[in-house]
Amino acid sequence: MIPLSYYVILSAIVFLTGMVGVLIRRNIIIILLSVELMLNATNINFVAFSNHFQNVAGQVFVFFALTVAAAEVAVGLAIIIALYRSKSSINVDEFQLMKW
Amino acid sequence: MAQLVFFYLAGVIVLTSILVVALRNPVYSALSLLIMFFHVAGLYVTLHAEFVAAVQIIVYAGAILVLYLFVVMLLNVKREDRYHAQLPFGALLGVTVLTEVILLMWQRGGSAPSQPVVAPPAPAVGNTKAIGEVLYSTYVFPFEVASLILLVAMIGAIVLAKRDLFEGHS
Amino acid sequence: MEYLLIPLLPFAAFLILGLFGHWIRDKAHLVAVPAVVVSLILSILAFLQVAGGHHTSMPLYTWLTSGDLRIGLGISIDRLTAVMLILVTTVSSLVHIYTIGYMQGEKGYARFFAYIALFTFSMLMLVMADNFLQLFVFWEAVGLCSYLLISHWYERPSACAAATKAFVVNRVGDFGFMLGLLLVWYNFGSLEYRHVFAQAADLAGETVNLLRPFGGTWEVSTLTLMCLLLFTGAVGKSAQVPLHVWLPDAMEGPTPISALIHAATMVTAGVFMVARLHPLYNLSPMAMDVVAVTGALTMMLGATIALTQNDIKRVVAYSTVSQLGYMMMACGLGAYAAGIYHLLTHGAFKALLFLGCGSVIIALHHEQDMRRMGGLKDKLPVTYWTFVIGSLALAGFPLTAGFFSKDELLVSAWSSGSLGQILTVFGLFTALMTAFYSFRLVFVTFWGTYRGGSQGHAHDQGHGHGGAHAIHEPSRTMTVPLLALAVLSVAAGYFGIFEFLAPALPGPAARAAGAHHGQAANAVMAAATLMGLAGIAAAWYVYVKAPGLPDRLAQQWQQLYRLSLNKWFVDEAYDRAIVRPTFTLADRLWQRVDVAVIDGAVNGTARAIAWMGWLLRLFQSGQTQHYALGMTLGAALILGVYLLWL
Repeated sequence: MIPLSYYVILSAIVFLTGMVGVLIRRNIIIILLSVELMLNATNINFVAFSNHFQNVAGQVFVFFALTVAAAEVAVGLAIIIALYRSKSSINVDEFQLMKW
Repeated sequence: MAQLVFFYLAGVIVLTSILVVALRNPVYSALSLLIMFFHVAGLYVTLHAEFVAAVQIIVYAGAILVLYLFVVMLLNVKREDRYHAQLPFGALLGVTVLTEVILLMWQRGGSAPSQPVVAPPAPAVGNTKAIGEVLYSTYVFPFEVASLILLVAMIGAIVLAKRDLFEGHS
Repeated sequence: MEYLLIPLLPFAAFLILGLFGHWIRDKAHLVAVPAVVVSLILSILAFLQVAGGHHTSMPLYTWLTSGDLRIGLGISIDRLTAVMLILVTTVSSLVHIYTIGYMQGEKGYARFFAYIALFTFSMLMLVMADNFLQLFVFWEAVGLCSYLLISHWYERPSACAAATKAFVVNRVGDFGFMLGLLLVWYNFGSLEYRHVFAQAADLAGETVNLLRPFGGTWEVSTLTLMCLLLFTGAVGKSAQVPLHVWLPDAMEGPTPISALIHAATMVTAGVFMVARLHPLYNLSPMAMDVVAVTGALTMMLGATIALTQNDIKRVVAYSTVSQLGYMMMACGLGAYAAGIYHLLTHGAFKALLFLGCGSVIIALHHEQDMRRMGGLKDKLPVTYWTFVIGSLALAGFPLTAGFFSKDELLVSAWSSGSLGQILTVFGLFTALMTAFYSFRLVFVTFWGTYRGGSQGHAHDQGHGHGGAHAIHEPSRTMTVPLLALAVLSVAAGYFGIFEFLAPALPGPAARAAGAHHGQAANAVMAAATLMGLAGIAAAWYVYVKAPGLPDRLAQQWQQLYRLSLNKWFVDEAYDRAIVRPTFTLADRLWQRVDVAVIDGAVNGTARAIAWMGWLLRLFQSGQTQHYALGMTLGAALILGVYLLWL
């Protein structure tokens, strides 16, 4: 059987890839995609543990995480469209209104 | 055999996730993500979570990714600089945290057995039914809240993206 | 019990006028004058009682007790106190009456009466004190009243400056006084006169090591140190050298208070104190010598400066300084009774001279420079004749009170040892100068032709209209006190005051208390009289007979003249040595410490915090990815800590 630690490490790698993606890309859409990566990584983790402990609650959690991810994507993309309308750019550097 | 499958799936997942972050064209990034989703679903299947795998494909690959592609093509952005100025620092941090996590795993992870005590039996009920039984009894409240979240997201998306809500037609 | 009323009546007058003066206004004298006059009557009664042998002593109020130490108020009336009571109340009453005319129609009429009533109260409590602390408290109180009264016309900056100067200079002396008080309390355990005097002799051999805090040794006799410290208070209050500088400037105040405070009463408090503490001083020859020499120096200094002053009040002021020197010298030589006797007669004729000056000033509409006076003897007859009587008393002309007291003083001085003899010679020389300057004042002010007014031309003596305003004798309220004081200036010599005081104020045991009727005594008396007459004659010659002579003399002896006219440059020396460095120090402290350090610290703290705020603001770049980086960094750190230490 595949040891649990392999899944955890896989999940960690994907999660950190997503996180690095958030930090280093300028395109807002790609940043959102990286956030999806992170969510997926946690899902992998949940399912792996659910399988390991034979408890289906982990998968229920995945279910909910999926739901929330969908909702978040919808709203996030709507925001991006609104931003694009106001500034005609999706370069995250240009949105600095909260600068002191 | 199972190991081979696992390593194949894991390898592709890692590769495509890196590609998502690294590719210049947003459409290519989205497509890499699509491939990643499929392989994650495959991973779920190997973990006897068929229902979750199906939902993964339907929701993520079928809805979310499509939405992304719509927006990418709608906005039609020109190519521009890929990386933010903090690339080196970000990459360094990522590597650092990864190392820390792996080290943590090896230091503390010893308490959890790397092999299950018994091989998991084939489940008595199907995965779907098992989830259904738990979902509608213990977790019914979060279930309803989740539907509310979706409602809010729908309305929010409409409000945010709609042009000139109350202004008269010019 | 009724003796309590003596100080309380003026105090009540002060309270009434102080609280209700705004409504009483021009009627203020109706409150103040009766109060003081009744005090006078009671003082005379007290005097008669003491003369009959009854010595009153009554503790009034105990403020706090601590072991043997009792701090409180009390009155004690012995011979010395009795004569002082009469002096204070008499002069105060006459000045009160005089003020009715002098300050008529002025804005601060009621306030003036309130303050002189307060002053009278304080001075009376001072002389009736039975303990050191009460003496000191009312010592300060009279200083306060002096301040308030000198600056009566407070819109004048020179008056305010003079008042501040008086107070500050007094304070310098009072610092020494306080140290003396501490020493008294420390050594005797009590501040009451009777306890201290009873134990005084026991302290005779004790010494104090002045250098103990610094690890050295300099033994000084305790009694001497105590007497010297207490004397510094007298130096300030009685305008002795080197703290005499405030008295001439105090002439900024209205003339009635120059008469009351700076001639007859407050300045005599120092001499009074030395006489009151004679049991202590008798035990310390060195302190007495210091007192005598200081007195002599003051005497000479005052007289030399008075020779050349042109402001009539200044002449009289320096004369006061000089006469105070006489009194202090007498006390320093053990002749306390003679010193107090002179104090009393001086109170009469000096007050007379000041009030006379006031009369002249009012008649000439506030002119004070004698070079613009002259020919006033026909226009102001009463003022003139009383002024002459006062000047004769000051000069020691035979048969005046001043003659008797000055003679008594010089004779006692001569018979008190070799230092006394030296100082008596100086005293005789000063008598010459005294007579000279006092009659210089008379001749220049009242004789000759009138030099004042905008015309500046000499008018005929007989009919004098000085320019546009007629010069006439002031009102009766001002002339009656002059007449009363003139009578006293002559009669006071015949009341036997000296014989009354002598038993109460013995000199040091070592000195022979006698030789008043020997040959030496007669010689001194003759010499003094001679000096007086010579002075008057010289003044007549210089200022009447040979009018150009003063200027020629001034030219010939130019250096001396300038020294005298400029008060021996003492004020200038103080300014350079003390005042200016103090201001510079204050300025430096302000700039270097207050502004740079303290403000710097306070403002610097604010600035540092603002700088930290600026620093933190840099983190708010508005870019989400920077924030995300921060979060990741935090996560990395926490994991690292978890990994390494937990």
